[in-house]
Amino acid sequence: MSDEMKMGAYLCTGCGIGDRLDVSQLEMTATRDGKAGFCKTSEFLCSRAGVEMIQQDIDNDEVNHVVIAACSRRSKNEAFRFDSVSVTRANLREGVIWIRPDDDESRETTQEMADDYVRMACAESKYCKIPSSSGEQALNKTVLVVGGGITGLTTALESAKTGYQVELVEQTGVLGGWVAQLHKRTPNRSPYAEPVDTGLDALIEAVNAHANINLHLNSTVVNTAGAPGRFAIEIATESGTSTQVEVGAIVQATGFKMYDTANIAEFSHQQNADVVTNMELEALAKAANGGPINRPSDNKPVTSVVFVQNAGQNSTREGHLPYHSGIGDMVSIKQSLYFKSANQGCDTTIIYDNLRTPGAAGEDFYRAGQKAGIIFTKGTVSAVSADLEVKFHDAILDQDEVIQPDLVVLDVGMVPNSGPNPYPDEVSEDETTTATEVSVDSILNLDYRQGTDLPHLKHGFTDSHFICFPYETRRSGIYSAGPVRRPMDIHQATEDATGAAMKAIQALENAGKGRAAHPRSGDLSYPIFRKEGCTQCKRCTVECPFGAIDEDEKTYPVFNESRCRRCGTCMGACPVRVISFDNYSVDTVGQQIKNVDIPDEFDEKPRILVLACENDAYPALDMAAQNRIDYSAFARIVPVRCLGSVNTIWLTDALNSGFDGIILMGCQKGDDYQCHFVKGSEIAHYRMSKIADTLETLSLEPERVATYEVAITDIHRAPQLINDMAETIEKIGMSPFKF
Amino acid sequence: MSEVVATNQTILVVGAGVSGITAAVEAAEVGKQVILVEKRPYMGGRVTQLYKYFPKLCFPTCGLEINQRRLSAQPGITVLTMAEVTQVSGNEGDYTATIKISPRYVNENCTACGACAEGLEAKYDDEHNYAMSKRKGAYLPYNLAKPERYVIDPAIIGSEEAEIARSACRFDAIDLDMQEEIIEFNVGAIIWATGWQPYDAAKIEPYGYDRFDNVITSVEFERMMDKFGPTGGKLLRPGDGKEAKDIAFIQCAGSRDRNHLKHCSRICCMASLKQSTYISEQYGKDDEAAKGTIYYIDIRSIDRFEDFYQKVQDDPKITFIKSKVASIEQDKDFNPVVIGVDTEGYNRYATTHDLVVLAVGMEPSVDKSMFPVEVVVNEHGFIEADESNGGIFAAGCSSDALDVNRAVQSATAAALRAIQVVNRNAAASEA
Repeated sequence: MSDEMKMGAYLCTGCGIGDRLDVSQLEMTATRDGKAGFCKTSEFLCSRAGVEMIQQDIDNDEVNHVVIAACSRRSKNEAFRFDSVSVTRANLREGVIWIRPDDDESRETTQEMADDYVRMACAESKYCKIPSSSGEQALNKTVLVVGGGITGLTTALESAKTGYQVELVEQTGVLGGWVAQLHKRTPNRSPYAEPVDTGLDALIEAVNAHANINLHLNSTVVNTAGAPGRFAIEIATESGTSTQVEVGAIVQATGFKMYDTANIAEFSHQQNADVVTNMELEALAKAANGGPINRPSDNKPVTSVVFVQNAGQNSTREGHLPYHSGIGDMVSIKQSLYFKSANQGCDTTIIYDNLRTPGAAGEDFYRAGQKAGIIFTKGTVSAVSADLEVKFHDAILDQDEVIQPDLVVLDVGMVPNSGPNPYPDEVSEDETTTATEVSVDSILNLDYRQGTDLPHLKHGFTDSHFICFPYETRRSGIYSAGPVRRPMDIHQATEDATGAAMKAIQALENAGKGRAAHPRSGDLSYPIFRKEGCTQCKRCTVECPFGAIDEDEKTYPVFNESRCRRCGTCMGACPVRVISFDNYSVDTVGQQIKNVDIPDEFDEKPRILVLACENDAYPALDMAAQNRIDYSAFARIVPVRCLGSVNTIWLTDALNSGFDGIILMGCQKGDDYQCHFVKGSEIAHYRMSKIADTLETLSLEPERVATYEVAITDIHRAPQLINDMAETIEKIGMSPFKF
Repeated sequence: MSEVVATNQTILVVGAGVSGITAAVEAAEVGKQVILVEKRPYMGGRVTQLYKYFPKLCFPTCGLEINQRRLSAQPGITVLTMAEVTQVSGNEGDYTATIKISPRYVNENCTACGACAEGLEAKYDDEHNYAMSKRKGAYLPYNLAKPERYVIDPAIIGSEEAEIARSACRFDAIDLDMQEEIIEFNVGAIIWATGWQPYDAAKIEPYGYDRFDNVITSVEFERMMDKFGPTGGKLLRPGDGKEAKDIAFIQCAGSRDRNHLKHCSRICCMASLKQSTYISEQYGKDDEAAKGTIYYIDIRSIDRFEDFYQKVQDDPKITFIKSKVASIEQDKDFNPVVIGVDTEGYNRYATTHDLVVLAVGMEPSVDKSMFPVEVVVNEHGFIEADESNGGIFAAGCSSDALDVNRAVQSATAAALRAIQVVNRNAAASEA
């Protein structure tokens, strides 16, 4: 195909477009104003015949920049998918005829709207290039797994079974982590009635036997450089030798540690040997090997035991953890059953606040515990004295009680083995009362501009913030799995490990092809940087929500393509506009804005620019159209990848060229953010808080620019915000900047 | 005829709810061929009928929009809607699946312009709103429905309405002669993601769901908050259309109960905590008549969800009563009266509310005796991970009562397990 740009417009007249709009006028707009080489019309462009017409023109080398003037870019996108050429869309259906009343009075402004959208799509097309991969990418079919507990072992084995190589790094000299210390595990198969073997030996054997898995015991990761597809890892052993490996993706499965009971002295763990943690009880049970469990102080069989649930967990008291592990009740039922089977006649009491035995497995196991004679007492333990008096408030009887068993077992919390949080300032305010210890040692030692490790979500856990996308971390190609991500039991950890292996394999495969990861999966565009103009201001390297951009020795940005999620926040940040994508740039949007026809001041036809997030606000506007909810004919809507990609030059250009109002619609920000690019919306809101200066310089009213958080369900509200702006303009008057 | 290209390197995903879509997209994004089969006329499953997710109180369609876009960018995925798996034969790596496709009476020409529905008058129960409202005989199931294509209700076939709809379409998209189809194809692995359904509340006789208008289920309550739902986003009593302000949430309605579902459905505690926030959202914080009462056995807010529980406990509008509700009666003004014993202190109560919301349990969509595939199913109807299941893997709520986050996790894992099977086939065919 020749490099020369051949733009052709295809105008659909179906779905009422032809009835409502002046088609010959639109054709003329496309060819005369839009400079399309031709404009073909079809009464049914998305039909097989319509699509074939376009495909034939592409095949005959008559067009390589296709402008489709029809429905929304979100509709019929399978039909209008032509991978080898540039495609832009003018939204005449959802964007024009469906949101305007069909009456004589509205005809003129509705037509103007359509003409503008055709001009805009042509302008966008002119500045769009067909993205192709950079050549930077590499396919590396090896996964690095950090941590040799049950999660890491499972990730390693599942990856290997799928046909990938694994480098497995374990800090200690043995595999198995905490599970190796367990006597038995809670059942993972029906009937959920009694503790079962952990199955760890078989798993370790399979890992040892698998030819694809390379083990590094007594080792840590001392440096991680690169990006998905080309991570360079330095692994050092305790003895000081170091190995270099190249991997495509990383899974961090570093697990948890037990909360330090020194912080919860009221339970006397460190005063009385017969107060043990749930993990210490596993050791006692293991030592008993099926025989009676003996108490540590005098080695006599235990005849009564009390389990203190959520010891130092789920509490606002000083030194306590504000969350709980969620698995403690299942663990205590399991351990009670150890006593019921090995210590004849042993009284077992579990003092709990809300019994958390969820799902099918949980409730069956709870019933098995009841059947075995475990006493469940709803209450809260305030202290355990040095002579084993358990003081608690019985919630059912509503009175304070004391019980003195042979042995007390504390359900102690799980603390994640995370590295330092790269964004300590982002931890929300309600998380201040805790003594949560977070390891200060780095785990991954990323040599990234934005910190050495995975960002924390809450309480030090490296979980994803997204309900729908639990694996999406803010470091592309690096996934966390198991209890470092969120407290979880063996069953969930192995599921999680398998899912993380899936994501790691997907990340390295896509990196190998130069394709973006979630949420713009498959996107081949990547940030292109014009170094000559760069002023080394560092805004892009600081603001990238994914830590994708490093700095070289002269503090120029270094873009790591496969770490990039293609949100364009760097492009929005750049004051000298040297960052762009082939199909999304300062020009592809800026030229759309410039190609809106601005009527004379005395025409009383204001123009409102709406920059709408393509993930939520734009679909909301489409759905408003679907429900025929009208909004002002003066609005011109431009979808953006993320509000973070909005460069303020678009706003100043729009204001200078006579737009009367500007609305920015992004996703919810803050603690419960809904921005798919994490920080984009928040950064945009911050940038817009500074736009007042620009408005002042231009002597324009501040109301002319408004920024909103808009959800995908704001189907009535989004049009209302546009109408509100139209009303505001009516009040304050037209912009004086019209020529 | 529906055309499907499939080989023993293809993965069949049964069910296109949040789990099925996830499994399909995750597998396709590493280049696998996937056939995604969905019984409903559209994808998204049960989460499309939820107003918000806990604990973020964000909207299900937000993630669905992303997933539907990811899916449409994958030419390797074939989606069959209104389709059900009727039979599977064969072994791991080599299955033959038989699929029944019900007629939609609308073909791929449809542009969702809506012309077909304009002239129609007759109304039918809207299943998307659990029959709390009516829709026409030609309809788009809901706003974000994909495929974005209308459906003709079989009830209008043969009637004048069908002819009106057909002649209104300018694109020959309505084919009233469309017939049920049976197709068969070969696949290497199967992901079973048929999800859950709400337990039939009418079976919980003492709660009077089938006798009292103002006793509704939690899934119905979700629909009320949707501005496009049956009440236009208002909390109105089905009985008399009055505003419901004093709302009771009854936990474990049908769950943790030997007479109904023995298992704990896991999500209902968090769902009711979430729904209790709808009261302030609807009426503001200052309306003193607006309040919620949660009757519970245990509040199972696991690990970091505890923060959410704490927030609701701090809300003066919400009261918690530890009690398994014994029965519900109705007073002369059709107000439901909740009766039982508060186990913290053993106090009897008989409390009148405007509306009762039963937090109904999750049961697997497919009856355990009716599975068209040979898999190990436990007494609760959930599929167990078992070697003998071969190349058939459960994802999401067909494996356990799960929330969305865990269902997605489960589906992602299932995708890898299926890939392992088809990769072995790929390796064998290269050898």
